[in-house]
Amino acid sequence: MTDHVLSAAKPEKARGLPQINPVYFLLAALIVAIILNNPAFVEPTGYMNFLKRAAPLAILAAGQVYVIVSGGFDLSVGSLITLVVVGSSMLSNNDPNATGWVIAAMLGIGLAVGVVNGLVVCFLKVPSLIATLGMMITLNGFAFMWSGGAPRGYLPDSFRYFGRFNIMDIPVIRMLPVAVIVMAVLGFALYWLMHRTNLGRMIHAIGDNPRAAQLAGVPVNRVRITAFVVSSLSAVVAGILLGGFAGVSTDVGTGYELQAITAAVLGGAQLLGGRGSVPATIAGALTLTAIFTLLNFLGLPQPVRQVVQGLILIAAVALAMYRRKRTGQ
Amino acid sequence: MTDAPVIEMKGIGKRFPGVVALEDVSFACRRGEVHALVGENGAGKSTLIKILSGVYRPDDGEVWIDGRPVAFRHPVEAIAAGISVIYQEFSLLPERTVTQNIFLGREITRNWMLDSAAMCAQTRRVLDMFGAGRRIDPDALVADLDVASQQMVEIAKAISLDAKVLVMDEPTAALNEAECRELFETVDALRAHGTAVIYITHRMREVTRLADRVTVLKDGEIAARFETLPEPSAIVHAMVGRDISDFYAPFATADELGKPVLSVLGGSNDALHDIAFELRAGEILGFAGIQGAGRVALAMAIFGARPFESGTMTLAGDSVRFTHPRQAIRAGIGLLPGDRKGEGLVLMQSVRDNGMLTPRAFGNLFSSHRKTAFTDLAGMDRLLDQMEVKAASYDQDIRFLSGGNQQKAIVARWLALKPKVLIFIEPTRGIDVNAKSGIYRLMRDLAKEGAGIIMISSDLPEIIGAADRILAMRGGRIVAEHPSGASETAIMLDATGEQEAAV
Repeated sequence: MTDHVLSAAKPEKARGLPQINPVYFLLAALIVAIILNNPAFVEPTGYMNFLKRAAPLAILAAGQVYVIVSGGFDLSVGSLITLVVVGSSMLSNNDPNATGWVIAAMLGIGLAVGVVNGLVVCFLKVPSLIATLGMMITLNGFAFMWSGGAPRGYLPDSFRYFGRFNIMDIPVIRMLPVAVIVMAVLGFALYWLMHRTNLGRMIHAIGDNPRAAQLAGVPVNRVRITAFVVSSLSAVVAGILLGGFAGVSTDVGTGYELQAITAAVLGGAQLLGGRGSVPATIAGALTLTAIFTLLNFLGLPQPVRQVVQGLILIAAVALAMYRRKRTGQ
Repeated sequence: MTDAPVIEMKGIGKRFPGVVALEDVSFACRRGEVHALVGENGAGKSTLIKILSGVYRPDDGEVWIDGRPVAFRHPVEAIAAGISVIYQEFSLLPERTVTQNIFLGREITRNWMLDSAAMCAQTRRVLDMFGAGRRIDPDALVADLDVASQQMVEIAKAISLDAKVLVMDEPTAALNEAECRELFETVDALRAHGTAVIYITHRMREVTRLADRVTVLKDGEIAARFETLPEPSAIVHAMVGRDISDFYAPFATADELGKPVLSVLGGSNDALHDIAFELRAGEILGFAGIQGAGRVALAMAIFGARPFESGTMTLAGDSVRFTHPRQAIRAGIGLLPGDRKGEGLVLMQSVRDNGMLTPRAFGNLFSSHRKTAFTDLAGMDRLLDQMEVKAASYDQDIRFLSGGNQQKAIVARWLALKPKVLIFIEPTRGIDVNAKSGIYRLMRDLAKEGAGIIMISSDLPEIIGAADRILAMRGGRIVAEHPSGASETAIMLDATGEQEAAV
């Protein structure tokens, strides 16, 4: 009753001041800080390389937010990236002509991983945190087995094109990395799917209240499995970019699952589901990359990154909870 | 009853940003008195109680206890001063025993050891005080008790805390008829024991059964105060500011009833036995019964959520068998769940998204969310307008709407599909009086347009007032049929299968 009374005044306020997601302000502030530290950042080589470096995480996080909004987590994406990079190098075996079918095969693996994750969560009723944790360990094992523990460190240039190549001699911006094009195209596609289709609205609904969604006729299992598939496929794409960018190793994807979750949370996605935005998540991924970049400039060692990332995750969720409490559940 | 008030609230005012929640409200309760506090949702009842119990501090006015002013800074201080509130959601620990719950945080010890025997004995004594001793074992786990017993444990806890004032906030919300009667007896016992009881409700039956005095709140102000029990109509008039004569919509006339739209024959599953009934187009068919009689199980069986295992079902002349809600929905059956927040709403989504949920669920996954085969956004807005859903905007999160408006948005979800049969489970639970009337009229309008309506409710007067025909259920069976306007006693008798049920 009191909530009711309290809320009567709220919509007015919400309409008067359109809420801008704080992640955009944070990102803007960080970019200013980077520019102050390194004026070369305003050159195309500066910001384009930044975007290129951020692209895999941005795509991965944009996929992860599907699972988060549907009310789950996908921890398997990091080791799926590793599997994609290792598997691609094994399958293509230095043959530049193999790239096409190798990428198709990797997308096939991603599809299978997503479907299995979804089926385990939907039908075996294993909580997604555990189901995808199991998948993460399993895929890591597969990656090791496939490579025999020592991956052959090559990927053909035709494969590495996506992660590494820059299109040069473009007016104004001078260079445009292929990875940035992939990020833009996929980012827009994922934005469209999440915010402009029936699927997207239903992902929100099942994350908000699965029982209500089911009784309203939502095909809950189909929607949930689709969310996992989107996440896995985005991991495959992120893996293809990282393979091109960073080369082959058995720990290339390590830790990416948590970075993706952190990015989604920075973008204001509600843990436990029901709310989240693809553009804000991509901004969250850029924010995280900007923080890492800044720490690099400041000469702080690698472990500091982990400390900072952990604190950001906690702070972002705490802030979200506080805001939620203030707006009355 | 002539002594000075135990508690007295004088000229209480409370403002929240943008809203005046309470304005100059005075309220008192004496020893051995049940003072009913009634009003619609949003009238300020809960705010007043939260001030009394130390959750909020008043902006104006004072709270006096036993003739002395007090200013609570924390709910614990109010409890220490003898004020206990029993909220709609219980604060018991389910995996602890009754005794452990009652002595939570103030366990009796002897030689630094818990003195279970002493605590158990005291628990028994408190329970016996209001006749709950025979149904509640002090060593039982709270999770194993039914809702009514859990409530009694809450009351026992309050008494053992030496509560001078006991506030009960809509205590019957989750109780069935038989449990309500037990609760009323408990309240009688408390009154006899000398406790001051503040009883919040918007059910007239409870007011007339229990109250010594009645205070009506409306829009944060005292709308009426009755020193003796008035006619129910006078209370309702003060609450809603109008007469109650047109509260229910008129029953269906003979020519408004059409052909049978849904019939079930020999329907059985683990909760239902040999269900047989016929629902006609244009008819509101009420299902009465106590909790666990199988009414909700029947709804879920028709809807395919917990299907019949045997028997036949015919929908608009076609033999049908549903094993999943989607099949039932596709065939033209809609369902409004009884637990609006738990089963009906997606709270963080907009009013419009809540309305569009079902139309979208039957659209292509990858096509635009703006348009489905059933309706588009503009069509949904028209439906919401038609039902007079009150919201700042249909883009607003539905959690900010009142219960009645939330319910209408769920109805809109189904209307877009033009269902042949609509099942309403507890359609007015937790909805204020004015909005209830709106829901009855809405059901009648849908029936007039040719839908068959199944209405399941634990509120007998509303079933009698709204349904054209009433089926009583008991133990998973349909045991009797009553015409519209049947007597409450006759239905209760069938629903409980006991003579003594006819109070």
